[in-house]
Amino acid sequence: MLNQYPLWKNLMVVFVLAIGLFYALPNVYSQDPAIAISGVRGAVVEQSVKDKVQEALGKAGITAKEVEDKGSSLLIHFSSTTDQQKAQKVIAEVLPETVSYALTTAANVPGWLLSMGGKPMNLGLDLRGGIHVLIDVDMDAAIKEKVEAYTGDVRATLRGKKIRYLTVKADALGINIKFKDAATRDKAEEVLGNEFRNLGVETLDADGGYLVRLTLPPTEIRSIKKFALQQNITTIRNRVNALGVAEPLVQQQGDRRIVVELPGVQDPTQVKNILGATATLEYRLVDTEHDALDAKNTGKIPPGSRLYTVREDGRPILLKKRVIVTGNQITDAASGFDQRSGSPMVTVNLDSKGARRMRNVTIDNVGKPMAVVFKENRVVGRDADGKPVKRLVEDVISVANILEPLGARFQTTGLDSPQEAHELALLLRAGALAAPIDIVEERTIGPSLGQENIDQGLNSVLIGLLAVMIFMVVYYKVFGLFANAALLANLVLIVAILSMLQATLTLPGIAGIVLTVGMAVDANVLIYERIREELRVGSTPQAAIHAGYEKAFSTIMDANVTTLIAAIVLFSIGSGPVKGFAVTLAIGIVTSMFTSIVGTRALANLVYGGKRVKKLAI
Amino acid sequence: MKTLTSNLHFNFMGRRKLAMIFSITLVVISLASLVTRGLVFGIDFTGGTLIEVGYTEDVDLESVRNELAANGFADAQVQQFGTPRDVLIRLAPREGIKSSELSDKVFQVLSKRSPGKVELRRVEFVGPQVGDELTEDGALAVLVSLIAILMYVAVRFEWRFALGSVIALVHDVTITLGFFSIFHIEFDLTVLAAVLAVIGYSLNDTIVVFDRIRENFRKIRKGDSEQIINTSLNQTLSRTIVTSLTTLIVLIALFVIGGEVIHNFSLALILGVVVGTYSSIYVASSAALMLGVSKADLMPVQKEGVVDDMP
Repeated sequence: MLNQYPLWKNLMVVFVLAIGLFYALPNVYSQDPAIAISGVRGAVVEQSVKDKVQEALGKAGITAKEVEDKGSSLLIHFSSTTDQQKAQKVIAEVLPETVSYALTTAANVPGWLLSMGGKPMNLGLDLRGGIHVLIDVDMDAAIKEKVEAYTGDVRATLRGKKIRYLTVKADALGINIKFKDAATRDKAEEVLGNEFRNLGVETLDADGGYLVRLTLPPTEIRSIKKFALQQNITTIRNRVNALGVAEPLVQQQGDRRIVVELPGVQDPTQVKNILGATATLEYRLVDTEHDALDAKNTGKIPPGSRLYTVREDGRPILLKKRVIVTGNQITDAASGFDQRSGSPMVTVNLDSKGARRMRNVTIDNVGKPMAVVFKENRVVGRDADGKPVKRLVEDVISVANILEPLGARFQTTGLDSPQEAHELALLLRAGALAAPIDIVEERTIGPSLGQENIDQGLNSVLIGLLAVMIFMVVYYKVFGLFANAALLANLVLIVAILSMLQATLTLPGIAGIVLTVGMAVDANVLIYERIREELRVGSTPQAAIHAGYEKAFSTIMDANVTTLIAAIVLFSIGSGPVKGFAVTLAIGIVTSMFTSIVGTRALANLVYGGKRVKKLAI
Repeated sequence: MKTLTSNLHFNFMGRRKLAMIFSITLVVISLASLVTRGLVFGIDFTGGTLIEVGYTEDVDLESVRNELAANGFADAQVQQFGTPRDVLIRLAPREGIKSSELSDKVFQVLSKRSPGKVELRRVEFVGPQVGDELTEDGALAVLVSLIAILMYVAVRFEWRFALGSVIALVHDVTITLGFFSIFHIEFDLTVLAAVLAVIGYSLNDTIVVFDRIRENFRKIRKGDSEQIINTSLNQTLSRTIVTSLTTLIVLIALFVIGGEVIHNFSLALILGVVVGTYSSIYVASSAALMLGVSKADLMPVQKEGVVDDMP
């Protein structure tokens, strides 16, 4: 019999729709403005702090809609953004430094839905407000810095081997070293070739002198660039985390750019200040002659020393005022395992100047402890107006005994876990930016504009949809109803897929959805016009339905594939807003093919299939 | 209503000379305007700073301009954005001040003038370098999608059709861009996205027509190429009109209530849909016909792509 779907096909349609409805469901629940309170660097928020926050809110007369105690953190829902902002001021005053807070939104999605992976779509910055910043990393500066570091190393090596040179000159791509005669030059070439295996070493006779030229091979330049980018991302991520923003995004874009997206943040000046700031690191000897606790209690700090606290446990420690090396002299840091003991460690590389200082100091202090101090201009809280209060924070992140005189490359052991080693290496690297950065793009959207964008976007989708649906029913009667059902199902599926992919919905994304609504009916128009044609030439209703769907299929396929090509090109080449548009367009094309071909056919078969039909309402 | 578009016998191809003159005129005007006047590129492409502020009450643009000029922003372009309360300020990239700080300075000036009454709604700053890259990427995107489509159509149909559809696409894109150039409407990133969507849409239309032409070439024994193309166009006409209509309905909804930000986006799409519909009838098919497409070219050598059991 014509026009009857096998059971499995009907079941498939129902199944796909059910899945679609399930994953689209979380978007129905409203999102509350909320404040998330969490410990700095993963610390646990104490019960006393939680009580204090709730007490302060009560005193200020702000009622929280819901307080979610997540053990190590606290999430407070509010019924309005006004409440949220009032509460922000109250909370800022009572929180200790070790605890930070962030404005965020919290979905009211019930637990059972969340536990099954149901999550609402992410809203783009243009819909929820926030800041988007594109940062360019100055790669030329990174390479120049590296060449300079090598220049110092070259001098040190030649001096160490007692080879006399006339001049050492660095340029953009390498270093020229001039010698008095060919013999010295050849010896230097051999020494340098052994020492700097990662560089190109060649002899050059120019300017009437004997030269050795060291060049950075492409692989080395690539790795310098990669390192500079990675380190800047790490540094920026750390800083963004310190800002207290919920769901920040720090991502590499291309081979020299970093995208930072901070939803909800409304002060671009503050963000730009913090992103561009510089943090440093220092190695100092520990003052073992005096008692740190004593010094802290009495306030009598021995001359030549300074009082610090250890980050881990907050205990006081006295360090010598003289700095051995600073973070600027660290060229690299990596975590790994000590080959002898198998315990986690961090390998630190210093430039030549740092290495020399390190050697001179450590050679006299074997067996004594040395400390790593982390210095950063950090936001430690906000004042009553919500303005950030910045303070130079200096704390000790690691203390270790000097086992032997240290040079350009040394290990810090005595770490508790590979995790800790990894974090220390990150911190050592993240201390300062590897290369200067420049903000090349900034987009800030105010929260009221975001809400307006959502409203306007949704309204245009709804009105456009409604108008198309009315048209379809008037023009195609019962088959118009089928198409309308498919249109709604298509919308549900798009939302479901966007939620499943956790894709970000932006205003251009909504435009993409609107466009697919317009184009989704195209498949049905093609099919229905075919059916009408078949009826006109005298086919029976059943045969007309069958032929209509069959003949329209390849046309629909070709038409949609070509549009899909355009969408994919848009996605791969376009950036930001264009990508958002391309994603929804591409998803819409695929889902609309399913709903408008398979979906409407199922309905048509259900209504007309397997019966004697005299006339089709089309 | 049903009979509105059934059994039509417009002689489309008979008037193809007229259509060609019309098309060529439009394209020439567009190109002339693009060459002489150029496009008004938005800051996405040129680089610069765009600041949208919202006031709590209607605001006089002249006073905003004066205030900015008095504080060293004489080059600021100030205009209304949607409502009399919303103001859009554009600044070209400038030497000296870091561009990323410009917006802060401007907002400070404005909030000093009317404290508490002005809200920073949106800031967009694009460095000139990023703008240049975007222009290149945009042009590349258009080019790559044209080539990809050309290849797909050449494989699925025949090279004359592929060329015909690409000529139609170039026609559509040129006229859409020309419109933006002639009427000095800002061309920003969203408009570029719209232009690319137009490529997809117009192609969609063209493919549907070609598909029918191919089918009829194989099915109809009598008649020359011109007659068969005419029949095909008439057969697909109702579909072409209905689809354009539904797409236009949603686009107009987007244009009217979608908000200022996507105003130009929807405008470009509306234009593109209208031009694309026209071109799929007149430009693509006439081009294929003029290139000498004939029955012999489309007779199946073997069975065309096996289509599995129908939905």
